[in-house]
Amino acid sequence: MKKTRLNACHKQLNAKMVEFCGWEMPIQYMGIVEEHLAVRTKAGLFDVSHMGEIMVSGNQALDYVQRLSPNNAARLAVGKAQYTALTTPEGTFVDDMLVYCLGEKDYLLVVNAANIDKDFAWVDSHKSGFDVSVSNLSDAYSQLALQGPKAREILEPLTDVDLEEMKTFAFAMGKVAGEEALISRTGYTGEDGYEIYTLSENPAKIWDAVMEQGKSLGIHPIGLGARDTLRLEAMLMLYGNDIDETTTVLEAGLRWVVKFKKGDFLGRDALLKQKEEGLKRRLVGFELVGKGIARPHFPVYIGEERVGEVNSGTFVPFLKKSIGTTYLPIEKTEIGTEFDIEIRGRKTRAKVVPTPFYKRD
Amino acid sequence: MYSDKNYYTKDHEWVKIEGDECTIGITDFAQKQLGDVVYVEMPEIGTQLEVHQSIGVIESVKAVSDVYSPLSGEVTAVNEDLNDSPELVNEDPHEKGWIIRLKMKDESEIQNLMKVSEYEKFLDGIED
Repeated sequence: MKKTRLNACHKQLNAKMVEFCGWEMPIQYMGIVEEHLAVRTKAGLFDVSHMGEIMVSGNQALDYVQRLSPNNAARLAVGKAQYTALTTPEGTFVDDMLVYCLGEKDYLLVVNAANIDKDFAWVDSHKSGFDVSVSNLSDAYSQLALQGPKAREILEPLTDVDLEEMKTFAFAMGKVAGEEALISRTGYTGEDGYEIYTLSENPAKIWDAVMEQGKSLGIHPIGLGARDTLRLEAMLMLYGNDIDETTTVLEAGLRWVVKFKKGDFLGRDALLKQKEEGLKRRLVGFELVGKGIARPHFPVYIGEERVGEVNSGTFVPFLKKSIGTTYLPIEKTEIGTEFDIEIRGRKTRAKVVPTPFYKRD
Repeated sequence: MYSDKNYYTKDHEWVKIEGDECTIGITDFAQKQLGDVVYVEMPEIGTQLEVHQSIGVIESVKAVSDVYSPLSGEVTAVNEDLNDSPELVNEDPHEKGWIIRLKMKDESEIQNLMKVSEYEKFLDGIED
């Protein structure tokens, strides 16, 4: 198993470690419920160094990113990022990702740990005809995420970057605990917070400084278990669960990511056709009406007809509910529509609810 | 940690026997393995259980675990507190976190259960 540069920090905190996408990662420290609640009420620090970073550089870096992504990267000034996807010609997901505009000729794509090799091969293999170079910087970068209402208060004294000025999805370069880093006001929890990227060989300096600074404010280290419950509560996609190469960007409910007018991109024709013909199915959020917990792959029924399966599903500690996502036939996606989920052989009632399930004030 | 008044199973259940009634729960070792318990599925009162039959499941955020009946008998009570406070299984697995009560059918089955020293030895042998 690969280890992040923060591995010793987790062991020191007695984290329960698991294998995740070939990495040894902390699944929890104090407990998933406590960690989840800490991020919603105070602050949490995550090691997300396993994520991937792909640099697209060159005279045609923007043109190339525009080709690969359905969102409009031309709108990004230096110091801004946006959520988007790598799309296939069918308009489905190779991955979802963040694009950071580091400069006119430098765009950083931040991708899921599970897809690093696949994404790099994709980005590298489609570049012919474009004056760009593509490099996989995933192993060089470490990444921490500091999320929660107290995040700014904790990070401010540790950095020379002006956090007061930083809008959401903006980022700046500077120092954190003396180490060079990129700080962006982004995250995967639904809370305010920051992601900190660094090429430092010693990112533990940042980890330790943040934990120390946050101690009096109730900071917790957060593992992958709570990372998943937090992102689901906030209706953020998880590749492999909610989205993959069989689901289109429109079916996933991410219409806002697709900017048809910006020019051609991989999958544009397919998505335009789908938009014009109308979707046949769409990803919805649901809540269990009956008792139990819906888990990924549990069968979904409308009446006697099996229509699909649960994509994401768990019990979320802040809302204290069993929630999840599934693709339903388009005529059944209205809020309030009831359907059934088979849990260990028994059908349990669920209903479509508005998403995100949780939104911070 | 583990009461010498109880019996134990390899599936990490504890059994407290009082006359022909017994109380069943999961051990501290089991609750640690599970993580934060968020849901407990329990049988109906009156259910007839055979030894090793599933009593129900305990769900943590990340996992679902079956609980197996250590003895045969009829379910006489379930811990209703676990509906609103499933975390009792983590906080107090040997007392407040009890799961069901059974009226035993066959007392000879008790011989197949472990006493505390056996269970503690069993735990020592398990690699964590």
